[in-house]
Amino acid sequence: MFQTDFNIILPEVVLAVYAMLALVGAVYTGKDKLAPAMTWLTAIVMVLIAAWIGFAGDGSHLAFGGMFHDDPFSRFGKVTILLSAAAVLAMSAEYMERRGLLRFEFPVLVALSVVGMMMMVSAGDLMSLYMGLELQSLALYVLASLRRESAKSTEAGLKYFVLGSLSSGLLLFGASLTYGFSGTTLFSGIIEAAGAGQAPVGLLFGLVLIASGLAFKVSAVPFHMWTPDVYEGAPTPVTAFFATAPKVAAMGLFARVLHDAFGGVVGDWQQIIAVLSVLSMFLGSIAAIGQRNIKRLMAYSSIAHMGYALMGLSAGNAFGVQAMLVYMAIYVTMNVGTFAFILSMERDGQPVVEIDALNLYARREPGKALALLVLMFSLAGVPPLVGFFGKLYVLRAAYEAGLIWLAVLGMVASVIGAFYYLRIVYYMYFGEEREEGLDGGKSPVLWAFLMGSAAIMLLGVVNLFGIEGVAQAAAATLVH
Amino acid sequence: MSVFAFYLFAIATITGGLFTVISRHPVHSVLWLILAFLSSAGLFVLLGAEFVAMLLVIVYVGAVAVLFLFVVMMLDIDFAELKAQMAKYMPLALLIALILLMQLVMAFGVWETADTAEAARLAVTPAGVHNTEALGLLLYDRYFLLFQLAGLILLVAMIGAIVLTLRHRKDIKRQNVLAQMWRDPKKALEMRDVKPGQGL
Repeated sequence: MFQTDFNIILPEVVLAVYAMLALVGAVYTGKDKLAPAMTWLTAIVMVLIAAWIGFAGDGSHLAFGGMFHDDPFSRFGKVTILLSAAAVLAMSAEYMERRGLLRFEFPVLVALSVVGMMMMVSAGDLMSLYMGLELQSLALYVLASLRRESAKSTEAGLKYFVLGSLSSGLLLFGASLTYGFSGTTLFSGIIEAAGAGQAPVGLLFGLVLIASGLAFKVSAVPFHMWTPDVYEGAPTPVTAFFATAPKVAAMGLFARVLHDAFGGVVGDWQQIIAVLSVLSMFLGSIAAIGQRNIKRLMAYSSIAHMGYALMGLSAGNAFGVQAMLVYMAIYVTMNVGTFAFILSMERDGQPVVEIDALNLYARREPGKALALLVLMFSLAGVPPLVGFFGKLYVLRAAYEAGLIWLAVLGMVASVIGAFYYLRIVYYMYFGEEREEGLDGGKSPVLWAFLMGSAAIMLLGVVNLFGIEGVAQAAAATLVH
Repeated sequence: MSVFAFYLFAIATITGGLFTVISRHPVHSVLWLILAFLSSAGLFVLLGAEFVAMLLVIVYVGAVAVLFLFVVMMLDIDFAELKAQMAKYMPLALLIALILLMQLVMAFGVWETADTAEAARLAVTPAGVHNTEALGLLLYDRYFLLFQLAGLILLVAMIGAIVLTLRHRKDIKRQNVLAQMWRDPKKALEMRDVKPGQGL
């Protein structure tokens, strides 16, 4: 029994063992001198594990008495998480090294938090859910305050830690109420105890508190307060990491809890998720308008995008989960490209985060400006690009589930949100002449990621690289 | 008797928790926290979980709370000022607490468990083993995965603490034992003849 269980969690074990070996190896040998090589190596290991999970994974398995699921849904989440984390690591090596931030613990912490995320999307029990969540969160808190000498970075870490602990507390309270009601922490047991139709009051309280805790992790309004400050204070590569892999993991976990544990009482959580979704979309779109700092702007942008992903989830059926998965995959790809650009924004070797610096950028760097234009259009959801299809998917899911008001509000928020994405494009092409522009970023890695991401936004229009079918299979295993 | 003991320990736990939050002096807070730990250990004994009760006393009271006490005494934080800041938000906090309390009363007033809950809650342990052994059987078998994950979480906590606080200072002179042992008196000592009335 143990042998088969072990084989099922082998990818997680390999990554965790790799992280520990890398840690010990670096401590006893070159320490920080090895950090750039280790960062790249970690990225390569993650890509290999992603390929392994993606190509060798087959069927649905349970391990450790149902605490761990290995099914198409978890594999979809894991591949997305691993690839985006690898992309962020590859982008950050040079940036962090030049600013003296790259220490050998950085890739180790990223790898360990990715192990936590892989546990999250595979969780089949309230306890393994919590363990995975804490493993990833704790590593993220440390990463946020990695720049020790900067007050803002320390503030980001502290704020994230205190509010994160509060949300974990809410989640645990919810979990204990759920356990009190159903007598088991296994999702399969909870769904059985809950039955179908209306959830009993005790379970409802548990559900609401668990949903609040998870909404904090995906930074959905009204649990979003930490996001702009943490995104602004953390070092930019860490911000890029925050905006990609953890969001996919938290969203996957959200979908898993809602369908695996509370799938019988869809009506009870549907309205909660729908309200979270509407608030996130509107706050993310409106609050971003006043931002001049591109990192804060991306924070609000991520809040708005989480709103759309939640819209898919609120449909409460397999198509909704499929829409959410497709949306998250597209969102992550767009964000990797956008952050590749933000990382390359610098003047005299110093990072720049003000969007005013982008004035007439197109005259100096037409190629990169064009790529950013494509990404911004895609983030805004302008029709011919892939981002539009992501939005179309979730709107359709909401519409088909009968949440027409939600779909209409989503479209309104998308129009409002387009303003600040298009403003960046406006600055680049029609802005005023300024003395202090940006230097041309010279990093070929960042250039490649920016161009690659933009190219995907254009080429993906043909068939979304077949991701729909994979997402559909993934959603089918989750929703019965 | 056991009902009396239960209410005694339960009230002591709640009082301890309350005074941990509201005492003026941080050291008193830690002492109240110790009371809360001790009385919850009593509750565990009542449940028949002596091992967990002893762990709570040894680990939490013996190690964690004492460490807390040291840290609190070392910290140079003006707690009075922090408390004054808190007073500003007190009305809002009380309002939220009241609403939450009312909701919980509502929830527990009509509390019901699923029919299957009682059966599901019983842990599957072989009969005739004492509870330390039963705990071990569960922890290292059924909950093996969670046990290992907890280990990883502690590892991350350790790495985090080191990353955020360890500073390598270049300007400190460290002892180099090998260099000391390889020192040669011929190179290290120099004989000078110092003339009277003159310095070197």
